[in-house]
Amino acid sequence: MSLRGTAVIAGIGQTEYGKLPGRNPLSLNVEACRKALADAGIEKDVVDGLFVKYPTSTFHSMYGQTVAEALGIQPAIGGVWDQGGAANASMIGFAVMAIEAGQCDVALVTFADNPRTGTRQAYQRGWGDDAVYGWFGTPAGYAMIAQRHMQQFGTTSEQLGAIAVACRKHGAANPGAQLRNPITIADHQASRWIVEPLRRDDCCLVSDGGAAAVVMSAERAEELGVADPVPILGFGQGQTSWEVAQRPDLTSTAAAVSASKAFAMAGLGPKDIDIAEIYDCFTITVLLTLEDYGFCAKGEGGKFVEDGALELGGALPLNTAGGLLSETGMPGMQLVLEAVRQIRGTAVTQVPKARTAIVSNQGGIMHTHSTLILGR
Amino acid sequence: MTTRPEPEIDERNREYWAALEEGVLKYQRCLGCGNAWLPIRSECPRCLEANWTMVPSSGRGRLISWVVYHTSYHPYFEDKLPYAVAVVQLEEGPRLIASLVDEPSELRIDQRMVLSVQRDDGRARAAFAVDRDYAR
Repeated sequence: MSLRGTAVIAGIGQTEYGKLPGRNPLSLNVEACRKALADAGIEKDVVDGLFVKYPTSTFHSMYGQTVAEALGIQPAIGGVWDQGGAANASMIGFAVMAIEAGQCDVALVTFADNPRTGTRQAYQRGWGDDAVYGWFGTPAGYAMIAQRHMQQFGTTSEQLGAIAVACRKHGAANPGAQLRNPITIADHQASRWIVEPLRRDDCCLVSDGGAAAVVMSAERAEELGVADPVPILGFGQGQTSWEVAQRPDLTSTAAAVSASKAFAMAGLGPKDIDIAEIYDCFTITVLLTLEDYGFCAKGEGGKFVEDGALELGGALPLNTAGGLLSETGMPGMQLVLEAVRQIRGTAVTQVPKARTAIVSNQGGIMHTHSTLILGR
Repeated sequence: MTTRPEPEIDERNREYWAALEEGVLKYQRCLGCGNAWLPIRSECPRCLEANWTMVPSSGRGRLISWVVYHTSYHPYFEDKLPYAVAVVQLEEGPRLIASLVDEPSELRIDQRMVLSVQRDDGRARAAFAVDRDYAR
């Protein structure tokens, strides 16, 4: 039996994004949850599921219980799910499954982190003994994949730049975005190398921020009088266990598995999708995800993105609030929130007649992937 | 002077690092299922048995991909910028992170490479050079 449309996102909430001195992740979790509950128009007493990812920057044992205590709730089911950046979308899928299995009725899903005012060490560490070679940090893993893609398929830095241009354009239109200056391809090409072939403008922001979503059955949303629930049409996950150095194929990712499960549940395909909120920790991530989701053939991502297809008014408007490259680097869950706003028709950059949105979250160096399809 | 990051040497990987000091790159081969792998681990990731031996590689392989660091993430590498890091697949199968000898402009993926162990600040590490004997 398909779970298509059985559950909804009933409410969304977020903190400000950017630099939030004096706030810790727990405080950001609470603010985001408070706002999500208010958006759903429900009291916290009905929440009996709590799905949390601990802050990536600072590991905290049993963080799910810490958040529950701060929220003053006693969830029947919940805790921490760690898949790096994929966890947000995955936890929404787990919440739907828990609701369907009768393990909870109303679930809160939340993630917050503050690597901008806190520590960004999690993204800069050496990779085990390979630190001997200077093999450090998250950007290099993505650069390794980008280099192979460029050589294998002729993808260019300018084509990656087109992804950044689209996200920065949409972020500029979003008053809540951390970075609001649009760029051109020339600006992108002039930005310095971080780890070649990735430039500064290929890399997402380092930000503080938190977000939350309330998940419940469509039936329950009606009973509770939720004003604007957005149906969850499909979800899926995929992962590879291989580190970049061991991965048999660097340019195909677990996004393909994840999307095929989500599309099958939704009974939809890429041509049915109106907008895409794709995890853009790096521009290359978007390119690979679009290919693996089937929006274009493997190797043709560069051509697909280069002529404004991803900009508002284009074939597939991408990251309509700016994504990780422009709205905020954390919590990644902002992509889910923007998809909800687009389907509700309340987005700042509202795409006319947007009825379906696909959201990707992913973690590690494309180790973990999670997909959500929302729509009416 | 800042000291370089050092591997954590223990009973499992001592032979690997000692061999590199001698100019030899070793990998693990499972005596049960024949699987060959790096990096060093306690059990074979295919059959999960701990029945393996260490075998010297021919040192020949191919270039899977590479990057050039323009940002330093550790003080030791600050004056080494820009420097390259590669993924190389040995002809015996295992893949590893390694340094590169040649200028990045000379490189292309799947190019034949040959081991050329480099030594600096008291540490031997795997590095690869373009295999110029191999007519491509």
